[in-house]
Amino acid sequence: MTDLPVPPARFSHRSLSEYVAILLVLALVVSSLAATAPALDKLSRGIARLFAPSGMLMQMFPPDFSRIVPISWKLLETLQMAVAGCFLGLLLAIPFAILATDRLSPHPVVRHTARGVIALFRTVPDLVWAIIFIIIVGLGPAAGVMAIMVDKIGFAGRFFAEAMEETDPGPQDAMRAIGASRLGTIVSSVFPACLPSFTATSLFALEKSVRGSAALGLVGAGGIGVDLKVAFDLFNYDEALAIILMMLVLVIAVEQGSGWIRRKLI
Amino acid sequence: MNAHLAPANALSGSTKLGPVLVVSDLAKTFDDRRILSGLDFALAPGQSTALIGANGSGKSTLLKCLIRLIEPTEGKIEMLGRDVRALAPRDLRAFRAQVGIVWQRHNLVPRLSVLSNVIHGVQSRLSGPRAWFQALAPAEVRAEAMLCLDRVGLADRAVARVDSLSGGQQQRVAIARMLMQRPAFILADEPDASLDPQTGEEVMALLLSLVREKGLSLLMISHRLEHTLEFSDRILGLAQGRIALDLPTADADAAGLRRFFDHEEAS
Ligand SMILES: Nc1ncnc2c1ncn2[C@@H]1O[C@H](COP(=O)(O)OP(=O)(O)OP(=O)(O)O)[C@@H](O)[C@H]1O
Ligand SMILES: [Mg+2]
Repeated sequence: MTDLPVPPARFSHRSLSEYVAILLVLALVVSSLAATAPALDKLSRGIARLFAPSGMLMQMFPPDFSRIVPISWKLLETLQMAVAGCFLGLLLAIPFAILATDRLSPHPVVRHTARGVIALFRTVPDLVWAIIFIIIVGLGPAAGVMAIMVDKIGFAGRFFAEAMEETDPGPQDAMRAIGASRLGTIVSSVFPACLPSFTATSLFALEKSVRGSAALGLVGAGGIGVDLKVAFDLFNYDEALAIILMMLVLVIAVEQGSGWIRRKLI
Repeated sequence: MNAHLAPANALSGSTKLGPVLVVSDLAKTFDDRRILSGLDFALAPGQSTALIGANGSGKSTLLKCLIRLIEPTEGKIEMLGRDVRALAPRDLRAFRAQVGIVWQRHNLVPRLSVLSNVIHGVQSRLSGPRAWFQALAPAEVRAEAMLCLDRVGLADRAVARVDSLSGGQQQRVAIARMLMQRPAFILADEPDASLDPQTGEEVMALLLSLVREKGLSLLMISHRLEHTLEFSDRILGLAQGRIALDLPTADADAAGLRRFFDHEEAS
């Protein structure tokens, strides 16, 4: 022991296993870049073709809005898929989230199961869910709605559960001490406290659903994505651009709207 | 309300006219640390009893053990004629409904109105949406809640959001919620702790007046010597996990009580 306090070393010593781990990560990054990089000559030829008079980019302009009415209807269907799937997903996310919290779950086994289900729903991409539901219910918007629903259970379930874990436990304990039921405790003391965060999560979920539902048509799960895929397949690049621009308008409108609501609430 | 509180065992009938609370040989151990050991005391109905003791002496633990918010390790508790430790979960809920608690923090639901918070107290005997929010509550429940609010002097703040009130007003709302439970017994854990002296005194006076006018029994933890002397009929002092002092407040003198408030003397 010395009299004066000695500052610690600037860098802590690394063990051999840590050096090995760092080297492995570096090797992974470098090899990944090398394996997936496009060949330079192919890339340059592709870009040249893109800008050629017969290339995709040139063919896209001017965008072709001649089918604006049917496309608008498909856009509405896309929005409806997003709203329906998001609504069902948020509704189902609440029970899953309750079962996944430390404090409100009836049993650790239930809690771990609920957490596992939420993690699974969140991890598998919505396009994969769409393919699975197409197998179950066939092509069309119903499969898209169910894919969005499952994806939203995974997304909102996690954030709802986190919000409920973070609320002050005092009021819940007080309700339990009064002799209130578990349901009564949750609805009357947990939900009101979580309301702002639930609302914010729900709005993000809606934005995510609208973006997602536009893509779901690519695999045949309904919505405008179907038309986009057909337009590309038939080399109608000018119509494809029109569809992309209209999707953009929808997504921006929804994001602006939900941003406005969020600002009003917080 | 007592109808569905059928006696859990034969003992409960025999204590009807006796004490409201009998604690025998109560012990609580937290991971090998003995916090309470061999506690024995009984409380007569209609009295205000102050529980005093240094920081960490186990006052809050004792209070929570009484209604099994913490499970005691050993001993027996008879409260309101029930063998508390023998209650099945359903009966425990019904029993807790009869015990009103005032916590150190008010523990109200912040974003709801004062009235909704008071109505939550009715969840001791009503369940479902009509007990969750004031807008859904039956007329007689809303009327009773207004009476409870009036009793604590806050009837005019019924529609205010509870987090817009002052600390003392919030504690009074918590007391109104507790009255809504129609309790037979009140437990209070430093109800004045987060309040300024003047407001704390008003809250203590309110609790004592409830004891006097409704014949309720009160067991309150107090950390202020003056409040202990002014608002209790009897004083229990906790030290080394045991009842080290038990006397009527009339016989108590400040000098003798001081060691229960002096942190240095805790062990
Ligand atoms: N859940 C718990 N787990 C482990 N130890 C606990 C737990 N609750 C309380 N204790 C310990 O029990 C002892 C008594 O705590 P308690 O809260 O009952 O004291 P108190 O008399 O109410 O003190 P204060 O005057 O500070 O409120 C403390 O040493 C505390 O650390
Ligand atoms: Mg305490």
